[in-house]
Amino acid sequence: MKKIKMGKTLMAMVLVLSLSLLFTACGNTDEETGDSDTTEQTKITIVGSTSVGPHMDALTKMYNDSVDGSISFTVEQVGSGQGIQAVSDGSADIGMSSRELKEDEGPMEEFQLCTDGISIIVNSANPVEDITMEQLKAIYMGEITNWSELGGEDAEINLYTRESTSGTRGAFEELVLGKDANDEQIVIDETICAAVQNSNGQLGQGVESDPYAIGYLSMGLVENYSIKTLSIDGVEATTENIENGSYVLSRPFLLLTLTTPEGNVSDFLNWLISNADAREYLEENGFIV
Amino acid sequence: MSNAKKMRRNQRIGFAFLYAAATLTIVVILTIVLYIFIKGAPYISWEFLTSAPEGNGTEGGIFPMIVNTVLLVGLTLLFVTPVGIGAAIYMTEYAKQGFWVKLIRQATENLSAIPSIIFGLFGFIFFGKVLGLGWSLLNGALTAAIVVLPLIVRTAEEAILSVPQIYREGSLALGASRWQTIRKVVLPAATPGILSGVVLSIGRVVGETAALLFTLGSADRMATSVMDSARSLSLHVYILAHDGIGFDQVYATSTVLIVVVLILNLSAVFLTRKRRGQ
Amino acid sequence: MKIKATRKNKSEGFYQGLFFLTASISVLAVGLITVMIFYNAWPAFREIGLWDLLSGNKWTPTASNPLFGLLPMIVGSMVITLLALVIGLPIGIATSIFLAELAKGKFAAVLRRSVEMLAAVPSVVYGFVGLTLVVPFVQRLGGTGLSILSAGIILGVMILPTMISVYEVSLRAVPSEFKEGSLALGASHWQTIGRVLIPASRSGLLTAIALSIGRAVGETMAVILVAGNIPLIPDSILDPARTLTVNIIMEMGYVEPGSLHYSALFATGAILFVFIMFINIGVQLITRKAVKK
Repeated sequence: MKKIKMGKTLMAMVLVLSLSLLFTACGNTDEETGDSDTTEQTKITIVGSTSVGPHMDALTKMYNDSVDGSISFTVEQVGSGQGIQAVSDGSADIGMSSRELKEDEGPMEEFQLCTDGISIIVNSANPVEDITMEQLKAIYMGEITNWSELGGEDAEINLYTRESTSGTRGAFEELVLGKDANDEQIVIDETICAAVQNSNGQLGQGVESDPYAIGYLSMGLVENYSIKTLSIDGVEATTENIENGSYVLSRPFLLLTLTTPEGNVSDFLNWLISNADAREYLEENGFIV
Repeated sequence: MSNAKKMRRNQRIGFAFLYAAATLTIVVILTIVLYIFIKGAPYISWEFLTSAPEGNGTEGGIFPMIVNTVLLVGLTLLFVTPVGIGAAIYMTEYAKQGFWVKLIRQATENLSAIPSIIFGLFGFIFFGKVLGLGWSLLNGALTAAIVVLPLIVRTAEEAILSVPQIYREGSLALGASRWQTIRKVVLPAATPGILSGVVLSIGRVVGETAALLFTLGSADRMATSVMDSARSLSLHVYILAHDGIGFDQVYATSTVLIVVVLILNLSAVFLTRKRRGQ
Repeated sequence: MKIKATRKNKSEGFYQGLFFLTASISVLAVGLITVMIFYNAWPAFREIGLWDLLSGNKWTPTASNPLFGLLPMIVGSMVITLLALVIGLPIGIATSIFLAELAKGKFAAVLRRSVEMLAAVPSVVYGFVGLTLVVPFVQRLGGTGLSILSAGIILGVMILPTMISVYEVSLRAVPSEFKEGSLALGASHWQTIGRVLIPASRSGLLTAIALSIGRAVGETMAVILVAGNIPLIPDSILDPARTLTVNIIMEMGYVEPGSLHYSALFATGAILFVFIMFINIGVQLITRKAVKK
């Protein structure tokens, strides 16, 4: 009968553990609502871009430290598109987007957190240093297919891109590919690419390990990978050049709320936009404030 | 060559092939597992296991993820064990082998074949948006419960079916009702088998990623309520690998994961053997 | 196995009802999932048409004139799964036979522990190992390394524990009289394996294969990191490909309910669902036939 007792004790322990969970849950359920009108709100859900997300995590921690607060932030990095959607349907208090809203999205309140550049990245062994905007567009339209056309080796260019709902990709398409004859946004043809990567990180890693790769990445994340950045029309990809306007590939990091923010959400947003430490953090990490 | 010689030659070739396959299997497995262990073990320390992550997970530890995983498992089992065992009891002890039982069995079979991403999609939409649970421990647990339900039902059923009929007959002969018999005779005898199913399910939940990615959430803090977003160990591995940062942490967390699931799986086998030894 | 309820009928009824309810939850869950998928997929079927959805070879959801063709993903799933089977089945079957018939001593023990360890590796870790070990290796053969071959290799390894655990059991379950009879008639051990044991455990083999297929087709995390995810029908195994599962998870982001893109994602899920159900039911039928014989 010993083994039955052991089994029963185990099960009892599991049940006790789960029941105690439930009790903590009951204790806390009054506090959470997704409703951004409640000033008592101590749980804020932030959903969206994988470019903004990693830094939002750090910023929320800084915020809690600085105001001695105990707001429970949740940052879900699932893509700009989903962030925008989550704000629309109410499942997020704040949305993060690394591109401008499209015409059929919104209306919603927008706050610009900072500006981020998009760097054009290649493998560190690639001899090519500079590229013109026309060449960049031609590459991503499949018109230039060999590195030798750019002064590099005789090898096929491997195009890396993000998934279709990525904010970084959306911004890239807008800024580089532009519109077609019918005034419609041109999108990257995934079938001419070598790989569709699901995140900035995957894209960075891919370019890092493929000598013939080219890709685009949030400027603030470039230093995480051993890759090389191309200059465009002779202009280096730096934050200074974005500030003085000479480097054109930049997009705003937007924070979105469905209606005018109040209470803790409003306090947090204000802190993000005006607090000196927050601004410094963003600058240190390669963004333009 | 005589027939006998041919047979022996063929057998030698055949056996050589089998040995080669078995050796290849071992080599491949050891390569994978040792690769992870060797790269990960150096980073596992008491601090690693008991501190919080820093720098987006590139430094620090995995303690909150461990806690979240434990909470996830506890909550999932809370939902799935009564339901799964109840279903097994119904099918083995109560139901007439008719339409309903066939339907339930077919449904359970189908459930076990569904890919985990579809559970994830379901949980994300139904539990997350329709029921408004969002990214939370509760959502993750409900989704995980559906994922392992077939496993619990199947193992519980097997365990109950393997209880000798004599036990039941003896109990009834003594005047007990069906429920009393189940409660006091059948279930206790079936417990080791049921437990092994539970333990296997824990292993499954711990290793699950696709179903939890859009339901459990990715907050790298300890959950303090069931409505909190709570990153589990598997999700931590995915998020880090996905972001292409903190590779040391990825290897280390993977090592922890493999060890935990391995222990769970071995316990399940141990429990099944104990039962057979009865 | 059914016990006749003799006394305390009222509380008996209560318990019976209670357990019936729990048993029905499985049915409820499957029902809900099926309904949700097909309900949300319906607009895609209606507006795009089942034929165009299945045979269209362009997937461009964000273009101004969006196209939703799933053929590249269907082919991707099938090819990667096939490759996984080609890699994993022979080794899995051979290892199972080895474990059931030949293994002894330390070697067998090491083999068993290894298979148990492999079963403990979560799929995301497979993907990660694939990314760091397999992809660079495949890259030397050509292309970027993010390819069908990489995904096939990883999935092939991943299905080994499934295959081995199911098939070995069914090999052992073959009545010993079959084997003894064959040997008594003068057949060699090898001949016995090939002509008696394997045919006799046919249904177990089919179940193992079906489970492996299910596992491979349903895998997402391992594939997304190594397969390249290009929605294009591949020309060679060094080309990238996208599976149905990856298609879902990749764009699950933009779930604007009511949009055609949203519906097309669910349609992907529906097709995946149907595909797996077919395999499942097909194998159940074949197994039942084999058993009846």
